[in-house]
Amino acid sequence: MSQRLINWFKFASPASFYPLAGTLWPWFAGLASVLCAVGLWISFFVAPTDFQQGEGYRIIFIHVPASWMSMFIYCVMAFWAAIGITFNTRLSGMMSSALAPTGALFAFLSLWTGALWGKPMWGAWWVWDARLTSELILFFLYIGYIALTSAIDDPRRADKAGAIVALVGVINVPIIYFSVKWWNTLHQGASVSMTKAPTMATTMLWGMLIMALAFWMYSIAIALYRVRAIILERERHATWVAELPEMQR
Amino acid sequence: MNWGSASEFFAMGGYGFYVWGSFGVTAAALLIEALLARKRLSDTRRLLRRELAADRDNQD
Repeated sequence: MSQRLINWFKFASPASFYPLAGTLWPWFAGLASVLCAVGLWISFFVAPTDFQQGEGYRIIFIHVPASWMSMFIYCVMAFWAAIGITFNTRLSGMMSSALAPTGALFAFLSLWTGALWGKPMWGAWWVWDARLTSELILFFLYIGYIALTSAIDDPRRADKAGAIVALVGVINVPIIYFSVKWWNTLHQGASVSMTKAPTMATTMLWGMLIMALAFWMYSIAIALYRVRAIILERERHATWVAELPEMQR
Repeated sequence: MNWGSASEFFAMGGYGFYVWGSFGVTAAALLIEALLARKRLSDTRRLLRRELAADRDNQD
C-alpha cells in the first residue's frame, strides 16, 4: 500500500525539485500568457464604461489582482516559513526567497496603480488611510525580508531569520483585508466578498478574476524559475549539480 | 465595442495618462522581473560551469 502513496518529502529535496521546477514553469508561463491575453481583451473591449468613473475605472483590472497577489504571496511565504521551521527542510527557505521579490513587486504595483487611480477619483495620489497604510507596511515587510535574508551570509540562518519576519508579518494580511471594515476609510469596500453577491457588472467581475488568475500563474512560473537559480547558488558544491547535463560542455 | 477609433482608445475618455500609466508600468515591471530572473539563472550556470571546469583541470 505504502508504495502507492506519493512521497512528498522526495520533492523537498533540492536535487529532485530542480528538474521538476524546470518541467513545470513553462506550463504556468504559457497559462499566464493566455489568461493575460483574454483578461486584457475583456478589460478593454468587453467590459462596459463605468457610469460614475468613465474609462478611469479600468485600472481595477490590474489594481485589485495585484493587491490580492501581494497579500496571497505573503501568506504562501509564511506557509513555507512555518514548514521550514517545523520540518527543517532546505527547500522551504529557498521557496520563500524565490517568492519575496515577486510579492514585493505586486505590493509596489498595488500602490502605484492605486495612486494613479486615486489622483483622478479622490484628487490625491496618496492619503494616510488604513487600507493604503497597511498595504505600504506589507511592501516594507517584503523589503525587510529581502534585506534581512541577504544580509546574513549563512543561508540556513538567513532562512530562519526570514521565517520569523514572514510569520510575524503575516498578521498584517488580515489587517489589510479588513481595514475597510474596521476603520472609516476613503478606500472603497471589498468589490468581491465571500458573503454577498459582487457589487459589479458580470463582465467587469470576469475580467478582474481572469487577470487575477493570470497574475497567479505568472507568480507560480517566476517563483519556480527563480528557485532553480537559488538551488544552484546554494547547492553549488553538491555532486548532483556537477552531474547536471547543463553543467557539462 | 467601446471604441470608435484608435485615438479614442488611447485617450481612455480623458483618463489615458492614469490608465496607461498603470497598465504600462505593470507590463514593464513584470517583463523586467522575468528578464532579471533569466539573467540570474544563466549567470549562475555560467559561473558554476567555470568553477567545475577549473576543478577538473586541477584534478588532471
